[in-house]
Amino acid sequence: MGKHDPRTPLIPERDQDKRPVMECVGLGIDFGGLTAVDDFNIAIGPTEICGLIGPNGAGKTTIFNLLTKVYQPTRGSMYLEGIDTRHMNTMQANKAGLARTFQNIRLFRELTVLDNVLVGLHNEMSYNLGKAILRLPAYWRSERIAKERAMELLSIFHMQDMAYHKAGSLPYGSQRRLEIVRALATNPAVLLLDEPAAGMNPAETEGLMENIKKIQETFQIAVFLIEHDMHLVMNICEGVAVLNYGRLIAKGTPAQIQNNPKVIEAYLGTGGGVADA
Amino acid sequence: MKQFHIPMPVRYGMNTILIIALLLVGHLLMESGVLPRAHANNVIQVGFFIILAVSLNLTAGYLGQLPLGHAGFMAVGAYVGAIFWRSGLLPDGASIVVGLLFAGLVAALFGVMIGIPALRLRGDYLAIITLGFGEMIRVLINNIPTVTGGAQGLLGIPRHSSFLVVYICVVITCVAVHMLMKSRHGRAILSIRENEIAAESCGINTTYYKVMAFAFSAFFAGVAGALFAGNLGILVPGEFGFMTSINILMIVVLGGMGSMAGAVIAAAILTSLPLVMQGLAHFHVISYLPGASEHIVRYILQWIAQHRMIIYALLLIIAMIAKPTGLLGNYDFSLSRILEKLIRRRNVGKAEKGGADHG
Repeated sequence: MGKHDPRTPLIPERDQDKRPVMECVGLGIDFGGLTAVDDFNIAIGPTEICGLIGPNGAGKTTIFNLLTKVYQPTRGSMYLEGIDTRHMNTMQANKAGLARTFQNIRLFRELTVLDNVLVGLHNEMSYNLGKAILRLPAYWRSERIAKERAMELLSIFHMQDMAYHKAGSLPYGSQRRLEIVRALATNPAVLLLDEPAAGMNPAETEGLMENIKKIQETFQIAVFLIEHDMHLVMNICEGVAVLNYGRLIAKGTPAQIQNNPKVIEAYLGTGGGVADA
Repeated sequence: MKQFHIPMPVRYGMNTILIIALLLVGHLLMESGVLPRAHANNVIQVGFFIILAVSLNLTAGYLGQLPLGHAGFMAVGAYVGAIFWRSGLLPDGASIVVGLLFAGLVAALFGVMIGIPALRLRGDYLAIITLGFGEMIRVLINNIPTVTGGAQGLLGIPRHSSFLVVYICVVITCVAVHMLMKSRHGRAILSIRENEIAAESCGINTTYYKVMAFAFSAFFAGVAGALFAGNLGILVPGEFGFMTSINILMIVVLGGMGSMAGAVIAAAILTSLPLVMQGLAHFHVISYLPGASEHIVRYILQWIAQHRMIIYALLLIIAMIAKPTGLLGNYDFSLSRILEKLIRRRNVGKAEKGGADHG
């Protein structure tokens, strides 16, 4: 199992004796001759909030794309609730319990807010094509339950009043929230957030932090997030992994990470005269 | 205040009554002989162009791909339907239904076949392979004369495309596409158009839904093809050339990609254009125009009627400049929604009045 033990020291105490919900062992990908990510090991507890940080171009989003099977890894393996994801594609990874948001928001802009969430609930509904066209009772029942569920999810984030607006017409912050709601609608075990606080002002970031905690408490799921906002990472993440040049250089609690010389070096560079921050 | 909604059963009832009323009016007009032959035939043509446009709208408008081989699916349906009808295996009534279904299913099979390579391509590239596919079908039909009559044409096809049959097919197409689009399957198709990567990461099987949309679209194109055969009584492969595909695409683009009402309206306008212009040219009001202008106006109208392709092109250019999203954009007509709005407005008016009384 590689030279690091992926279990320590990230997983919070309450999740220690449970099977990690997501586990990566020696994950790596090459693009041509370039190694973008190498030897990525991590284990995330079933209710953990975990952060992934690192300088620009370190390979954070590449890791998300590997996890969600947008890219197939060159090396290593990834397990979701103990199941090997080797032969899965993006859609199957989602069905296996992985949902994500995107760094550059990818909403269904021309659809309404409600329809965006209903697309997320697609696999929660089960009626087939014939039943849809003939409008059999299964259609009505399934649609009603899904709509109620969608409104419930929207109301958690105080978005129920926007249900019939076009997603593309929402303000930026609401679009980011909607993307999270849509991801949650797919009933994931792990929620991947790619820079959720990007472009937000401090007040909005504060709201986002509350929301992320609320998600973890209400749904009892794991959250794995990429973020540059250190205030957010250090306050809500229980474990933090630091990536530089495609390799993990440190893992630990926020406090450990803050004092890790390797991390400081990665962010501020080497050289004698680093001023006291 | 809770917003007013017309309950579902009432909506369905209303629409059903409207459909039946339109059928009765149409049937009466067509059968009583009030309409001249050319006009009656035009109505039938509008019918299958509506089916073609609505079905193409599924892939071009809702799925967001650009297929240029719709005439190919139409040709498959036309020949399958025609050959089946000519064989006279079944009595007339059953023959019509089975022939149409058969035509649709075979076309859908071709739709799946073209849908699978189409998964790897998009945009211009998809347009090119579907275009090639359409031409392939035409050449194929040309070169198996024992089955299709080749370039000589297939003659003596039973004239099954009465107003009633065409009308029912139009209604079934529109209702089926509407029901599909307002379900989880339709939302999946739309989500692929909006953002394929996001759709996949929401657990949508994009491969399945692309092929399904192609098959669905081809099915109805096949049905329209069979109706086309049953209307003319003669089939020649030349009818299903590239220009026919372009014509159908133009209807969809002009009507508004992703708007069924737009497709229906544009199909009616574009298909009737030559006839309307011809009619206007012979309109007696024109003879009251002073001097030479009478002849000039007549000449222009007739020229338009004879050179409709030029007019189509001009219309398309104008539409692209003035309203790139097409006539209706992606707006869709809903009688219930309009009624709801009216009723709400009245209720608001009442509420305001009531408030004023208290004050």
